[in-house]
Amino acid sequence: MANVSKEELLHIAKLANLNIKEEELDNYLSNLQDILNFANVVSNANTEGLDETIGENDRVNVFRKDEIKVFEDNKALLMNAKEQDRNMFKIPKVIQ
Amino acid sequence: MDITNLTVHELQEKIKNKELSILDITKAYVERINEKEKEVKAFVTTTCDEAIEKAKKIEEKVESGELNSDFAGIPIGIKDNMCTKGVRTTCSSKMLENFVAPYNATVVEKLNDEGIISLGKLNMDEFAMGASTEYSYFKKTCNPWNLNAVPGGSSGGSAAAVAANLVPWALGSDTGGSIRQPASFCGVVGLKPTYGLVSRYGLVAFASSLDQIGPITKDVRDAAMLLNIIAGHDEKDTTSYDNPKKDYTKALKNDVKGLKIGIPKEYFGEGINEEVKKKLQEAIQIYKKLGAEVEEFSLDIAEYALATYYIIACAEASSNLGRFDGIRYGYRTENFSNLRELYRNSRSEGFGPEVKRRIILGTYVLSSGYYDAYYKKAQQVRTLVKKEFDKAFEKYDVLLTPTSPTVAFEIGTRSENPLEMYLADICTVSVNIAGLPGISVPCGVNSHNMPIGMQLIGNKFEEEKILNAAYTFEQEYKFRDKYKPTFSK
Repeated sequence: MANVSKEELLHIAKLANLNIKEEELDNYLSNLQDILNFANVVSNANTEGLDETIGENDRVNVFRKDEIKVFEDNKALLMNAKEQDRNMFKIPKVIQ
Repeated sequence: MDITNLTVHELQEKIKNKELSILDITKAYVERINEKEKEVKAFVTTTCDEAIEKAKKIEEKVESGELNSDFAGIPIGIKDNMCTKGVRTTCSSKMLENFVAPYNATVVEKLNDEGIISLGKLNMDEFAMGASTEYSYFKKTCNPWNLNAVPGGSSGGSAAAVAANLVPWALGSDTGGSIRQPASFCGVVGLKPTYGLVSRYGLVAFASSLDQIGPITKDVRDAAMLLNIIAGHDEKDTTSYDNPKKDYTKALKNDVKGLKIGIPKEYFGEGINEEVKKKLQEAIQIYKKLGAEVEEFSLDIAEYALATYYIIACAEASSNLGRFDGIRYGYRTENFSNLRELYRNSRSEGFGPEVKRRIILGTYVLSSGYYDAYYKKAQQVRTLVKKEFDKAFEKYDVLLTPTSPTVAFEIGTRSENPLEMYLADICTVSVNIAGLPGISVPCGVNSHNMPIGMQLIGNKFEEEKILNAAYTFEQEYKFRDKYKPTFSK
C-alpha cells in the first residue's frame, strides 16, 4: 500500500511547478493513492538480472554534422510570445 | 454518388477516370463538415476556406504537370498535436489555445509534398492523455454510432471524423492505444506503426519513448497507403529508422493460408465484455476457415503491462511537459509578481486536471526514494515485456486480441474516475511498451449496433503481416457493407 501524505503531495507539486488548491488536495491525494496502489503490481514481476529498457531503440549517439542553420522566420517564433520587446522575449525581472 | 462515403482508393479511381475533380471532392467534404460537424464536434479548428483555395491551386498544378502524385487533392484531417505552420496547434489544451507553430511536423510536410489537403485539426484528450476525448479543454467529441457515447481517445476527433465522413482519412498518434482504441470505438481502421518507422518531429511530445504517429482510415488499403506516405527516416528525429522504403499495399494479398496466429489467453479473461469476446471468437473462426493456423498461448506479462505503462508514460510526460512555462509560447498567467510565480501559476491555470494528475504521478515516481521502486522497476519490466513478445514471435506471425475490453461507453460515465479510464487501455499498452506495430480492424457490432475492434500485433517492422491479416479478414467479413453508424442515415 502506498501511503502518500499531504505534505509529500505538496512537495511533489512544488517540484512539478504546480499549485494545488486546498479544496483539490483530497481529490488529488486519493487519485494518487489509487493509481500507486494499482501500479504496485510491478513489484510482483520477477526482473532479477534484467537490464532497464530506457528507450525503444537500441540506437545511441546519432551524430550529424554541426552546421549552423539559420531559422529566418523570427516573426513566426515571436508571434507566440505573450510579451516581446525589440525582437526579444520579455520576462519579469529575475534578479531582485 | 455520396462522395464522402468513398474510401481514398475509391476517390483515386474516380479522379483517374475523370468522374470527379479535385475541387468536387474538397467541396463535398466542406459541405459535409458544414452540415454535420455541429453534431459530432470532431474538430478543434477547421480550415475549409483554405482547403477550397488549395484544391484550386492543386488542380492547376496537376493540369500543368507541376505536381504528379496519386494523392493530389485528397483531403485529410490531422490530430491537433501535430504542428502545422500557420494553423494553430492546441493539443486540445488551454495551455496551447493560441499556439501557432513556426514550422510543420515532418508528417505534415510529407502530406503537403503529395498535394494532400488538410481540412483542419482534430480534437483529442488534452496532450493525448485520456481514452475518451472528454479531457479536451474545448469540447467533447461524440461517437457517430451513438452521439451519447465517447469516440474513444486520445485520437477521438480523428476516429469520429473518419467514421462520420467528415474527412476521408486522418492522422492520429498512439502512446498507449490512442489510435487503435478510438478506431475500435468508431468502427474504423487504426494503425500504430513500429516505434521509429514514422518521424515524431513536430509531434507535441507526451511520452517520447512510446509516441508514434499513424493512420486512421475507412479500410485497410487506405491505412497501407497512408503509411506509405508518412513512413521513412528523418534526420530531425534521431529515433527514426533508416529502413528501405516499402510499398505496404503490396502486402495486401487476401490470403492467410499458413499464417500462424497466436491468441494470448490473458486478453480473453476477466474484464473483457462477453459480446466483445464472442465477436473475437467468431473472427478467430473466420481466420481458421481461411486457412490460418490459430493457437492459444500465455503471454505472461499481461498483468504488469498497464501499471508499467502508466509509470513510464507519466514519468516521461512530467519531464516533457516541463517546457510549458509561459515564457516563449503557450498560456501565461496574468497573476504573478516574480518568475517563480509566473511558471507555477501559468502551469496551474493552463493545464487541465488529468494532465496535472499525470505530471504529479510522473514526478512522484521519478523522485528520490521512489525511483527504484517504481520507475527503475517499470523499466526492467519493460525489458521483460519485450522478451516475452520476442518469444511469442518465434512461434507466431501475428497475435490477435480485442482492441478494447468494451465498446464505446457513454459520455460522462468514466471521466470522474481516472483509474477506471486507464483500464480502457489494458489491451493496447503492451504494444507501445515493446515498440511493436498494432492495427485495429472492425470485427462486428454488439446488440446495440456499437462497433467492436480486433487488434492484430506484429513483430517490429512487420507491418506487412498485420496489414495483410487485417485486409484478408476485412475482405471476408465486409464490415462496411454490413454496418453503418446510425448517424449517417
